[in-house]
Amino acid sequence: MSSLSALTIHELIDLLDRGVCSSEDVVTEVLSAIDARDERVGAYLDYDAEGALAAARSADDARSKGAERILPGIPIGIKDVLNVKGDTCRCGSRILEGYVSPYDATAVARLRQAGALFLGRLNMDEFAMGSTNENSAFQITHNPWNLEHVPGGSSGGSAAAVAAGEAVAALGTDTGGSIRQPASFCGCVGLKPTYGRVSRFGATAFASSLDQIGPITRCVRDAALLLGIMAGRDPLDSTTVEVPVPNYQEALADDLKGMKLGIPREYFVEGIDKEVEQSIRKAIRLCGDLGAEIVEISLPHTEYAVAVYYILATAEASANLARFDGVRYGARDEGHDPMDLYVKTRARYFGPEVKRRIILGTYVLSSGYYDAYYRRGQKVRTLIRRDFEQAFQECDAILAPVAPTTAYRLGEKIEDPLQMYLGDIFTIPASLAGMCGLSVPCGFSDAGLPIGLQIIGDAFREDRVLRVGYAYEQSTEWHKRIPPIRDDEGGR
Amino acid sequence: MMAQESSKNTRHIDVAYVAQLARMQLSDKEVPLFQDQLNHILHHVDTLMRLDVDDVEPTSHPFPGENVYRDDEPREGLAHEAAMKNAPKTRAGFYVVPKILE
Amino acid sequence: MTRGAGDLMDYRVTIGLETHVQLKTQTKIWCGCRNRFGQPPNTDVCPVCLGYPGTLPVLNRESVRLTVMAGLMLGCRINERSTFDRKSYFYPDMPKNYQISQYDEPLCLGGRLEIEVNGRKKSIGITRIHLEEDVGKSIHYEQSSGVDFNRAGTPLMEIVSEPEIESADEAFAYLTALKQVLLYGGISDCNLEEGNIRSDINCSVRPVEREELGTKIEIKNMNTFRGVHRSLVYEISRQINVLNDGGSISQETRRWNDETGVTEAMRTKEYAHDYRYFPEPDLMPVVLTREQIEGWRATIPELPGDRRARFVREYGLSEYDAGVLSADRNVADYYEEAARASGHFKAVSNWIMTDMLHAMSEGAIPIQEVKITPGALAGLIDLVDRQVINRPSAKRVFTILFEKGGNPADIVEQEGLSQVRDTESLETYIDEAITAHPQSVSDYRSGKKAALKFLVGQVMRLSKGKADPQMALEMLRERLDTG
Repeated sequence: MSSLSALTIHELIDLLDRGVCSSEDVVTEVLSAIDARDERVGAYLDYDAEGALAAARSADDARSKGAERILPGIPIGIKDVLNVKGDTCRCGSRILEGYVSPYDATAVARLRQAGALFLGRLNMDEFAMGSTNENSAFQITHNPWNLEHVPGGSSGGSAAAVAAGEAVAALGTDTGGSIRQPASFCGCVGLKPTYGRVSRFGATAFASSLDQIGPITRCVRDAALLLGIMAGRDPLDSTTVEVPVPNYQEALADDLKGMKLGIPREYFVEGIDKEVEQSIRKAIRLCGDLGAEIVEISLPHTEYAVAVYYILATAEASANLARFDGVRYGARDEGHDPMDLYVKTRARYFGPEVKRRIILGTYVLSSGYYDAYYRRGQKVRTLIRRDFEQAFQECDAILAPVAPTTAYRLGEKIEDPLQMYLGDIFTIPASLAGMCGLSVPCGFSDAGLPIGLQIIGDAFREDRVLRVGYAYEQSTEWHKRIPPIRDDEGGR
Repeated sequence: MMAQESSKNTRHIDVAYVAQLARMQLSDKEVPLFQDQLNHILHHVDTLMRLDVDDVEPTSHPFPGENVYRDDEPREGLAHEAAMKNAPKTRAGFYVVPKILE
Repeated sequence: MTRGAGDLMDYRVTIGLETHVQLKTQTKIWCGCRNRFGQPPNTDVCPVCLGYPGTLPVLNRESVRLTVMAGLMLGCRINERSTFDRKSYFYPDMPKNYQISQYDEPLCLGGRLEIEVNGRKKSIGITRIHLEEDVGKSIHYEQSSGVDFNRAGTPLMEIVSEPEIESADEAFAYLTALKQVLLYGGISDCNLEEGNIRSDINCSVRPVEREELGTKIEIKNMNTFRGVHRSLVYEISRQINVLNDGGSISQETRRWNDETGVTEAMRTKEYAHDYRYFPEPDLMPVVLTREQIEGWRATIPELPGDRRARFVREYGLSEYDAGVLSADRNVADYYEEAARASGHFKAVSNWIMTDMLHAMSEGAIPIQEVKITPGALAGLIDLVDRQVINRPSAKRVFTILFEKGGNPADIVEQEGLSQVRDTESLETYIDEAITAHPQSVSDYRSGKKAALKFLVGQVMRLSKGKADPQMALEMLRERLDTG
């Protein structure tokens, strides 16, 4: 018998509709998967089994009385950076120890309104700063495909939980690749929406001009479903845009006839893992077979993207993280005056990567360096944005690798921050340009680690990237593979 | 935006000073470690100096937009008790900090 | 310490003011919490104004309108595109440890404010006006401090003057004129006790013969105009004394001690400071169209100076009276309504200047809450004019109108205050007065004219104050001169 915890949201909705199972059954099985595997995976920081079961029972009750919800009692995992009313929200940091959120993030509120329930907090790199989850202040998360490897980051807990069958779907946030890269490393589907598509209200800010909330799921259709619920203008976030939200599921099709897909020449250069390159090339050929026209394009400023990103993101972060001072919430170390309180609290409760980035961000904004770094970074950002605008004159979507390699071994890059940053070279440019990007499984390395195909779309054209991702997914079997840790399921 | 000379050596970062600006006390181990790592990162960042960006407008928001307002209408806030529950230290409805000396 | 005026004459004083004004909105600048004073600590707060993780600011439309209105009233150029920036500094009353403000694209640039000191008129330049958020407030205990964030996020407008103020008196006049304009425009309540207006002072002195400015001293956070004046008087003489003694001024921030009446150097900060301004990514630019700005301009009320001149021109009032009546927009409105209803411009001015303002200050009642309507005041003046009532009765009617409101004619009737002007009744009172005071009659006839006044008084007494005193006088004189 196939485990409920292994199904997609769409499959579960079908079973719930037909009365084959209840929401309580689903939650029970997800909880038992967590029980069985999370000791090894380490995806959850904490979860409320009793609360989730109670919420599931009340969803079942509502359904029996005729309530119609899009996500009737579907449990969704939440990255620790998102505020859920009544839950902790530590952002993977000790500095938010003790904080209980008094409000729902808008994306969370919209999912809740649609009937979803939230069973726990998923691990992440502290304040979303990292690509491996090794920067979490609390625990290491392991890649379900090989526990010696990282799940990616910063939404590593979210991707690992979905891959390990410990969550039906999860929310992550993506600033420079933090949804797409862990989805790729864990063999999931991950969608970073266009900047302004999903409200950031309630997502603890890392870099305000880059952050976006998005889904990590088992299939493209589920990502389309969740995006459709979360997307749209929010009066609480001034950067959300008044662009109509299409029915993303209706945009899905089995072929790619009439679509032009661009292959950026700068993304296939030295340094990219051979196995990764082969998988991507194969995926591109398959898209051609599905009817797409494949064209070569150029994104000439790609090589500058990481530098721009580490100026702008850290600068914004240095201000965003100033509020963690031990006065209104969170952890605190006493001092003899307020400044002493700040320096002690922040020194003690921020981890090394967060400190490093706050220092870099403070530096690039400081007197004498603003023009040389911050302002120049903003200007090069314009050049990168123009690269994409030009590219989308020539194609409907861009196909590229998500990352140059498969998941790193634990500890492999922790000593060399620059090498770690350069691993985000393929996801950062689209983030800087504000474009949307989807990660879809497209193969495995000989070592059995997943490889992800990145589909980058023009602003507010999530419908197109989802269509490409769906057509590709439906003509392959990669997304049906399950990691060895799920051998206890007995297959699907 | 600010009148600043960019002639300074952009590659040297005084980590201890900048950490103080950011109100963080670094340990004796952290200072040289960060100094090294950040200089390394800044060396990479200096690749940007190769580009001529004199005539390029800076991007602050990924997409243009303007005039996003809320109406001047009251909205329910946070109950006092709820706000104070998260506070590490309170007294008589106030958040408590070490004595502020101006 | 104080020196002769001669010293002062050898120096030129340069003062610039940065004035923070809380705007009169219903809610805070970024969130729907109420903008009000006097609530228990931390009760007008929400996750946004407490700087909770994940929260975002959304700009209050009204705060933009009020700032632009202030700019228009001060003759500023309104930036069609204006943006917000983050200004970083750590302080316990600052929830996010950065303040959202405007750095290089403020809402308003370049304006002027007319002031008058000792009858001499002068125009002070306004450099800029920008919009930002206020911070919380702290109280101090023995060992610790307490912070209240009710005020955090109150919309705050910073008005920066050009360094064109040259004395403590001018600084005082500038703030007084500024307050008047802001009250006229309904921009702020300008309540000093509630901290609606707070100024930072920049002040330097230099010998008259020197071109370049002297070293600038900053005096922070002054919340009364009198304090600004006193601190400047002190600070100017302090700086001159230092220079006279051959010393030099070092740039520093000082604090005014209102009790001891001196400025004191603030402890130098042991921590480095750098505001690190950068564009606020959470807010979009404000872009105002010409039409929008012109639409707002059309709603600007007449400014106090213009109104004062018009009062002189249109109603024939003295400069002084026009000044008093135009100082407060509500008083001026009241005056105009009553003057137009009555037509007796001077009489209306007299009533307001004496009886009304006196009664108002006595009872601490603002003119908006006064019960006597402008129409009733005009009616009362009309009754006096038509000699229906005499002056003393009119004062009584005024008192009743002020306390209870109503129609003056009704009150005259209820109180039986109509003047007695029929000769028959007056003859009766005159007979009675003459009979009762033969001595006065003979005094008058022997040339003591003062006796006539006494007899008129007797008539008034007998008539219970209702006799027309002028008629009584004339009839008495006729009787005594002929009889």
